[in-house]
Amino acid sequence: MNYYPDHARPLWRRALVNREMAIVYLLVATVAFSCLTVDNFAQSITVYNILRNYFSALILALPMCLVMITGDIDISVGSMVGLSCSLLGLMYISGVPFELAMVVAIGVGALGGLLNGLLVTRVGLPSLAVTLGTMALFRGLAVGALGTTTVTKFPEFWTAIPKYAIGETGVPVVMVFFAVLMAAFIWLLHFTAFGRGVYAIGLNSQAAAFSGVDSARTRTVLFVLAGTLSGVGGVYWTLLRGVARGDTGSGLELQVIAAVVLGGVSVFGGVGAVYGCVAGVLLIGVLANALQVVGVTADIIKIITGGLLIASVMAGSLIAWTKNRRVGAKAASAQTE
Amino acid sequence: MANITATLELRDVSKSFGSVVALRNGRLTMMPGSIHALVGENGAGKSTLVKIIAGLYQRDSGSFEMEGRPVKFRSTADSKAAGVAVIYQEPTLFPDLSVTENVFMGRQPVGRFGRIDKASMRSEVADIIERLGVDIDPDRPTRGLSIADQQIIEIAKAISLDAKALIMDEPTAALSGVEVERLFAVARSLRDEGRALAFISHRFDEVFALCDTITVMRDGSYISTQPIGQTTEHDIVRLMVGRDVDELFPKVETTAGDVVLEVEGLRSPGVFDDITFQVRAGEIVGLAGLVGAGRSEVARAVFGVDGYTDGAVRLNGRPLPKNNPAAAMRAGIGFVPEDRRQQGLVIDAPIATNVTDAIRRGQLVKGAVVTQKREFAAAQRWAHELEVKCSALDAHAGTLSGGNQQKVVLAKWLAADPKLLIIDEPTRGIDVGTKSEVHRRMSELAAGGMAILMISSELPEVLGMADRVLVMHEGRVTAEIARADATPERVMFAATHNRQEVAA
Repeated sequence: MNYYPDHARPLWRRALVNREMAIVYLLVATVAFSCLTVDNFAQSITVYNILRNYFSALILALPMCLVMITGDIDISVGSMVGLSCSLLGLMYISGVPFELAMVVAIGVGALGGLLNGLLVTRVGLPSLAVTLGTMALFRGLAVGALGTTTVTKFPEFWTAIPKYAIGETGVPVVMVFFAVLMAAFIWLLHFTAFGRGVYAIGLNSQAAAFSGVDSARTRTVLFVLAGTLSGVGGVYWTLLRGVARGDTGSGLELQVIAAVVLGGVSVFGGVGAVYGCVAGVLLIGVLANALQVVGVTADIIKIITGGLLIASVMAGSLIAWTKNRRVGAKAASAQTE
Repeated sequence: MANITATLELRDVSKSFGSVVALRNGRLTMMPGSIHALVGENGAGKSTLVKIIAGLYQRDSGSFEMEGRPVKFRSTADSKAAGVAVIYQEPTLFPDLSVTENVFMGRQPVGRFGRIDKASMRSEVADIIERLGVDIDPDRPTRGLSIADQQIIEIAKAISLDAKALIMDEPTAALSGVEVERLFAVARSLRDEGRALAFISHRFDEVFALCDTITVMRDGSYISTQPIGQTTEHDIVRLMVGRDVDELFPKVETTAGDVVLEVEGLRSPGVFDDITFQVRAGEIVGLAGLVGAGRSEVARAVFGVDGYTDGAVRLNGRPLPKNNPAAAMRAGIGFVPEDRRQQGLVIDAPIATNVTDAIRRGQLVKGAVVTQKREFAAAQRWAHELEVKCSALDAHAGTLSGGNQQKVVLAKWLAADPKLLIIDEPTRGIDVGTKSEVHRRMSELAAGGMAILMISSELPEVLGMADRVLVMHEGRVTAEIARADATPERVMFAATHNRQEVAA
């Protein structure tokens, strides 16, 4: 029943030679290089530190990957992490049972995401403008809710959770939650009709509509997922530090977006894969950790991360450019000439 | 003729992309003061040839001379500098800039201190527009201009560059009759100024009305060049497809079954009003009318991409919710839209994905999972069924020719096994061979019991294919004509008059 080749390239080339794998290779190379050259890097404590500190970025990269594939962006996630953390602290000192407070904090994240989603899809505003607004809004609420208070002394049963590691591996137990979540997102994006719709919206929203993709619903769901996991991120951060403050998660959105773009998601939408985004976060984490260990200061680390991001995007366009020249697919630009 | 140097001459030009040969031996000779028709099916290599002339592609072999001197264009800037202008089907202008600014984009004349000399720009553009005998304000922004006017601006650009060779790639595809006449008048005056013109079109009446010489291409190869007076439409079609096309509209007679689609009193203010009709199983209903009569809008409302304010749509007696394409698809409606690149296909996605886009919530899902295996199996079946020509199923749909793209859109909807198929302009911009294939397929589908609603701007297609013709004029249905009574005159009269006048 095969009348055509299914693929132009053989399986091994498709699986091993692509944009996402490039980041995976870079990650492996960075880890290997760090292990060989940085003293005391090859230890389970390194794994422990990196994963603990980048857990929020990891779980947020998952929904951000899908949001950006549809061509949207959500820059309010960092502020929502702050709001979730701040509300958790406020509810706790007001006497709300801690378990309930955590659920509510995550619920508020979902509601914030819904607000973003409705403003983007029902009112029809650009997601960059909407989430720029809610970024300020959520941060304002987060700082306003706690004022100058810093809440500490959370139940030890809960604050201990981020500290458990699986045996001697250094992998935090919470990574099990991440693994399940990552599997769920891979399923959602790569193995469901919903996921096909996500790509279609990013590539051509009009054709998606003509194929029965409910673009408004799909995009709203993704914003709600981003909001919900921001809520989870806020709770995690509170437990990890044992402190609730309004400025928690500042700048996290940029870290997440940088990792997602580094991981191969096109800023124009339509292109990307979940594992690339995860590799992107880990690469940034490993690099920052290794540099920190050898004594590079935080500002220099930022400069290096920024440079890496630009280089990766440039490499992507360079590959596309040479490929276009080879295939002669300049036809697309023919009409603009 | 022998002592006149050709403005532009290509001989045995070839071009391959990887293993795909797009052009084997292209040949074209454009003489000054002549309009040269270039015809061929989609995929015959016309576009590749034009892109080589325009400097978008570089030829692999062969010779290319302008006025006797060999040339090699590395970019569109090179070809422009040498005096070549290409007018595309859909010009891309800067919508917010004025007509004048568009004409001089990238080469504005400068006065002292590098200031742009607006006055001289404007007067030159006003001159050219007047010479072309058209009425366009040089100061207005190009946003909102008709495609015909935009093409005129492209032509004005070519004249201001003093282009010696002008190539028009299917310029009339989106134009109305009056606009085509105006474009032809402009083309003739350019010819009389001694410029060399080439005209690519799928419409033979236009080719015969405008051109003096005709070159036929097939499968990437040059076939023949002859004076237009020494040939006939039948000869040309035979040369293009390499065989005789006897029956362009192979309509199979069918008996209509139960009512499948019922549209009742559909209204969308300012777009269409009081639309009531039915489509039965096994029947092809043609929706005719002029461009802008609201035909596509009715189809979009039925499918649910657009909304409506009043009325109802029923499929097999069941009411359909409005503005819900997913529900329409579940109920059994397929919709091949007007604009295949923007609406019908995701051109940057693989062919396999496109073919299976309409069944991604149905047959493809097993145990909450859509796998590549099932996707490719379905794509294999339907791409083969529709005889799509492609190198691999994961190639992007955008790499296919227009006719093959249309087959992919058809495959996408046939895979969903619809009860009602709406086809908006089934054969726009596709070649003769594929055209008759699409017609044969539609006829077979109807014979198999599918209800088909076809929108077409080509009168022969409507008359040849439809069991019943509904004619729209300014958002209303003005006539319903049975196949036996449908003549070009009756349809055109109903398309240009309101309901009272048609009834009278």
